[in-house]
Amino acid sequence: MTVTTVDRDALPNPMDEPSFLTSENTIASWLFTRDHKRIALLFFASITFFFFVGGLAATLMRLNLATPKGLLQPAVYNRMFTMHGIIMVWFFLIPSIPATFGNFFVPLMIGARDLAFPRVNLASWYVFNLSGLMVLYALIMGGADTGWTFYTPLSTIYANGYVLAAALAVFVNGFSSIMTSLNFVVTIHRLRAPGMTWMRLPLFVWGIYAVSVVMLLATPVLTMDTFLLGFSRFTGIGLFDPRHGGDPLLWQHMFWFYSHPAVYIMILPGMGVVSEIIPCFARRPIFGYTGMTMALMSIAILSFFVWAHHMFVAGISIYSGVVFSLMTFFVAVPSAIKVFNWTVSLHKGKITFDAPMLYALGFVLLFTLGGLSGLMLATLAIDVDVHGTYFVVAHFHYIMVGATVSAFFGALHYWWPKMTGRMYPEMWARFAAILTYVGFNLTFFPQFILGYLGMPRRSYTYPEVWQTWNVLSSAGASILAVAYTLPLVYLGWSLFWGKKAPINPWRATGLEWIAASPPPKHNFPRTPIVTQAPYRYDPEADTFVSQEGTPYAE
Amino acid sequence: MPNSAALVPEVQYATIEQQGEVAQLGMWVFLVNETLFFGALIFTYFVYRTTYPHAFAVAGKDAVLWCGTLNSAILLTSSLTMVLAINAGAQDARRAMVVWILATIGLGCAFLGVKGLEYYLDFQDQVVPVVDYFAKPGEGQAGELFWVFYWIATSLHAIHLMTGIGLLVYMLWRIRRGEITSAYYAPLEVVGIFWSFVDTVWIFLYPCIYLVGRS
Repeated sequence: MTVTTVDRDALPNPMDEPSFLTSENTIASWLFTRDHKRIALLFFASITFFFFVGGLAATLMRLNLATPKGLLQPAVYNRMFTMHGIIMVWFFLIPSIPATFGNFFVPLMIGARDLAFPRVNLASWYVFNLSGLMVLYALIMGGADTGWTFYTPLSTIYANGYVLAAALAVFVNGFSSIMTSLNFVVTIHRLRAPGMTWMRLPLFVWGIYAVSVVMLLATPVLTMDTFLLGFSRFTGIGLFDPRHGGDPLLWQHMFWFYSHPAVYIMILPGMGVVSEIIPCFARRPIFGYTGMTMALMSIAILSFFVWAHHMFVAGISIYSGVVFSLMTFFVAVPSAIKVFNWTVSLHKGKITFDAPMLYALGFVLLFTLGGLSGLMLATLAIDVDVHGTYFVVAHFHYIMVGATVSAFFGALHYWWPKMTGRMYPEMWARFAAILTYVGFNLTFFPQFILGYLGMPRRSYTYPEVWQTWNVLSSAGASILAVAYTLPLVYLGWSLFWGKKAPINPWRATGLEWIAASPPPKHNFPRTPIVTQAPYRYDPEADTFVSQEGTPYAE
Repeated sequence: MPNSAALVPEVQYATIEQQGEVAQLGMWVFLVNETLFFGALIFTYFVYRTTYPHAFAVAGKDAVLWCGTLNSAILLTSSLTMVLAINAGAQDARRAMVVWILATIGLGCAFLGVKGLEYYLDFQDQVVPVVDYFAKPGEGQAGELFWVFYWIATSLHAIHLMTGIGLLVYMLWRIRRGEITSAYYAPLEVVGIFWSFVDTVWIFLYPCIYLVGRS
């Protein structure tokens, strides 16, 4: 018996090979594909669908809040904000960047032919859709009204509606996250091309690595927690019910042990995306690469020690409140380092304001606003005052929607030529990027003010004096809805009529830009050999050096 | 030679050695995840155990000690046979490898048999929450929490053990197809890592259920 290895360099030149999009055309070739790029597009289709379902629930909420008396029945309103939260968190934001752009570009950026476990990757998509069907079932049957946090004993005993189905959907969804993140961790550790050392990894790969570590460590706790919740609701056993000796706060602790890191699951990949876009469109190296990697990893680690800041008013001891408040302030340090580095990366650059750059700059601004309001909320005394108000709603939407969704759209435009082989219409894209920024701020900035005035969260009604701010917010939401729908239209158009994309339209340095657009099934003609750090742009000479060491002039 | 076809690495790997090494790393990373999964459950147990030490001690005395102890011995022995199977695989002793795998499967099934008997005894003892539960004197309501932990933890452990047995049967099938040899036995090692983890979970569950508070 002999051990055979394949001489990869003897394979045919993939520039002549058909792209991954056209190599096979049957439906089965998509549904049973093991190609990370196809799986990324499958995920993209699924999460886009859920983004609009969750968005529909948000539209109804903002429509309801346009008038003080409301439009929906109170019970329907409760179900709408619950389903909005569940769908947006688990079915859009958590898988958003990792499962689509991570899946597509991590192997390309590290010079690999695929992820380490392609079958696990495909299984992850099927499990995701299974959980998606479960949450749609819960929604269509009438939804749940517990809030996305499923607080006990409301969720175990008192709530009507399809709490069990929704909780099971979250439970199953966790397996999908775990499979995706396991794949990334192993791939990034073991499948890097020769010369691709840790300190030469593009920051997007670092972001995906950090997020995968967080997902791996946090998700199983939520899995167990929702399992116990579902068990309690199904059997009536009081695991979290004080009448049976259970502790309702235990649910909250375990829930936030996952769900606070989950916030970083949403933001870390976005940080990675922005760290790719900003150097490319400022044509200069990222400032403080090492600091950026360390900041990513310290945010990932610190994220596990701040969860109880969601519980300052839940009856935890004041001493643990102080500790968690302090730990929360610590997270601001690496976050501020990142914002500082992005800003300095612009200094003396040769900046062009293409659509990806507009989204990336929007990310930095919105993330800063969200982060600063986060510092206010980390302060115990202020949090006690505004915890149940729209201030918190505005804060986390600045991070989760303002920042993350901007990064998502930035990534979509930045990598669209590579993914589809077509250029998108630049003017429309810039228009959508600016519209997103305007619409977002108009929607959520009034909510900061409303929150500070004391408007409670989760309420379908409010006193008439607050109507002006609420109408502004609802008007902003309608602008935002247009801004989020526009890319669907012009990107769809570009698939058929867009200009053919060159191999490296942005003149960027990463390995993904030496593969064809769109890449062939196995990405590279030969295994790339990395000799350079990423982001070797030179703004003055207007040249750059790819990670393979090839210099490019205009 | 038909067997060498199985030794071509998948497209994303440079060599078959790399493929085997990556598979093992994948299992280790998965076990990190599993550790937190069971860790969360055991954490819940300790939260309630420290809140209700007396009730838990009383309830714990009803656990069938001899079943748990016998099962500990069976499972630890199965880890030994599992390692011997891998060792035989490395030395291309195919017959010994199959025998040790069969022994491991046998011990795993023996564990499940004893567990089933224990469940039957528990049922007769009326310590099955929801279905048939009778609180013993001195337990109060918290005793039920102990038994909820007992049933959830042992059944999740049993599901993992059944998965392990299933994987070993799959390994037998692959050995029959000539895919696992001394040149490439990484799949068997991966299953072995998983098997040892399932044992390790039991090493934590055993004292939690049967020993603490019994003195």
